[in-house]
Parts: sequence; structure tokens; C-alpha cells
Amino acid sequence: MSAPRILYCHCAFAKVVPAEVKSAVLAGLTGANVEFDAVPDLCEMSARNDPRLRDLAAQQPLHVAACFPRAVKWLFAAAGADLAPDATRVWNMRTESADAVLNGVLARTAGAESAQ
Amino acid sequence: MSLVPASRALVVLRGGGEASLGGGERARLAQLLLERGLEVACRRDEGVVAADLGSDAPEALAARLADGAGAGAAPAAWKPWFPVIDYSRCTNCMQCLSFCLFDVYGVSGDRKIQVQNQSNCKTECPACSRVCPEVAIMFPKYRHGPINGEEVHTDDVRREAMKVDISALLGGDIYSMLRDRSVKAKSRFSKERDDDRALKERQNCLVALKASRDLDIPAEVLAALPSPKEIQAKAEAARLRAQTLTEGAAPPRDAEQD
Repeated sequence: MSAPRILYCHCAFAKVVPAEVKSAVLAGLTGANVEFDAVPDLCEMSARNDPRLRDLAAQQPLHVAACFPRAVKWLFAAAGADLAPDATRVWNMRTESADAVLNGVLARTAGAESAQ
Repeated sequence: MSLVPASRALVVLRGGGEASLGGGERARLAQLLLERGLEVACRRDEGVVAADLGSDAPEALAARLADGAGAGAAPAAWKPWFPVIDYSRCTNCMQCLSFCLFDVYGVSGDRKIQVQNQSNCKTECPACSRVCPEVAIMFPKYRHGPINGEEVHTDDVRREAMKVDISALLGGDIYSMLRDRSVKAKSRFSKERDDDRALKERQNCLVALKASRDLDIPAEVLAALPSPKEIQAKAEAARLRAQTLTEGAAPPRDAEQD
């Protein structure tokens, strides 16, 4: 299995994700010597129908550090970018600890919630 | 590490190189760029140094890169507050379209409800999700589940179904109640009443209703709700528009003037 692509959402336009969790996850990713994409805010991109979402959705397998999987799935869908349910896993920084999120997104195979 | 402004809003942080930032500074730089609305791509290859790192601290680097990309000091003031439809739950009942005061919703050519005017949405107003009988409307920036995108449980559906009653309350009972109050008050204080007072009374009543039911719907939205007749007319106009689109004809403009 190929290494998953990693997508991190900073939820920059609202304060619904704990700042300490975001900071710790971002620090963990930048310090892990892995390639990843970090976006300011998936909601904002979805609202703009940002075509970049389609590029990101096409990366498979994809590990996403963001918020609720149901929200992430339909934010992408609203912008015409369907996430592959079998190849996309989402970790929720609103409810999970930074360690749990990092362990999940950095794992080659993981057991987080599928975006379906 | 090198910094490559790959496009207007994307900064690529490449690993390695003599001018590498420390791990903490690298993370800090990424965070600052994201908070300025720039996308960041971290790559392991060394690539070509495209920016002079100099001895800038992350704050100065981020400001320089953001300026170069045309980004401001912070994301725009607009909060991404808009409904996101979970089509695995949506039954296309059109209650959201009928209920929304701000024409956020529309209908696609194949008669499917869709969010068409996100920026029209009233910030912090989740009213449409409150009237959705299937809990299919999310506001990802909302505080509480399941409106924020949490998984929907049976209890949620039951609880939300109870809240659907606000549709009846606001569209039916509440208007009856207000009318009754208005008639009674008019008979008693007919010389004192005017339109402004009637409006104020309506607003007060709706605000009290909001407070008692913890609906999280802004008072001005409640106070501006259309009448049941207006809601029905709006739904009919949407239905006709969908039908017209499906049939490939021009939309009936008159039907939208409700």
C-alpha cells in the first residue's frame, strides 16, 4: 500500500477547533519529515468552489486532519470534489487529542472514521 | 529549507538545504501562513531555493510571503457560515428552501435542493437546519452536534423532529397567537396602537419564544419570518422554477415575485 497523502485543515476562519490541538498537530506534521498539504480552511474553500479541492480529493489514499468526517465529506462534495470513501480517512481535531490525530494521519494503515 | 511561492496563495516549504529553519520555526511559519489565508505544501525534496531566507524570523518571513502573494494580515472578515447538505440524509422535501429568508437555497435542473447563495446566509443562524426533519443540514462552524457535522443518532432525529415543530409554531400557531393578541389589544387600546407598536410586540414575542426554546436563531431572523402564505408562495415559486429548468424553458419571473 502506498503512503497516504496527508491533508491538514487549520480552520482559520473560526475558533471551533481547539488552538492547542491545531498547533500540536501542525508541529507534529512539520517535525515528522513527511510531505503534507495544509489549507487555511476547508469550509472557505468549499464556499468558493475552489478547484483545488478536486486536486486534493484525487490524492489517494488520503488522510485528513480536520473536523467531523460527515462535514468534511459533504464540504468536498459541495465543491464537486467527491472523496473516495474507501481511500479517505478523517481524524477529528474538534474531539480527538493531538496525539490521537497524529498517530492516525501518520500511520500507513489506520483505523479512523471513513469519510462515508 | 527553501520557500517557493508556487502561486498566489500557495507556499511550498521544501526540506533540507543549508538555510533550514528549526522544527519549531518551521511549524510556526506554516501556522502564520495559514492564518494569513495561504495554503502551505510541505515537501521533503530540497528543490531550488526561490526565496532569500536571510535571517528573518518566522513572523517576518510569513509577512513577506503573504505580501508577495497579495494576502492580508488575516483571513477576510467573512466567516464561512453556510449550510452544507448531507445528501445521504436529504429527502428533497424543500422545507429549507421554503423556510430560509435569504434565498440561500435553490433547485438544480434535476429538481434537487442545493445551496446556491452561500454568502447570503445569516451568520450564526442555523434556522434551516432546525426545520430539516432529517437532520441533513450541517453548519460545520456551529458549536453543537449534530448540526456541526457530528454523526446523527436516532435520538438526534427524534429531538430534531420535535424542533421541527417550530416550523408550525412560527408559521402557524405563533401567528395565530400574535393575531389573537393583536385583536385583543386593539379592542382594548385601539387609540394607542400603531404599526410600530405591533411590530415591536411581534418581535418581543418571538424573542421570548427563542429564549424559551434555546433555538440559537438570531432574534432578527425570527422577527422577520414570513407568513405561512408567503412561505407557501415561495415554495411554489421554487417548484415552478425547478419544473421550468427541467423542461428547458425560461424561468417564470412573475412566480418569483412573492
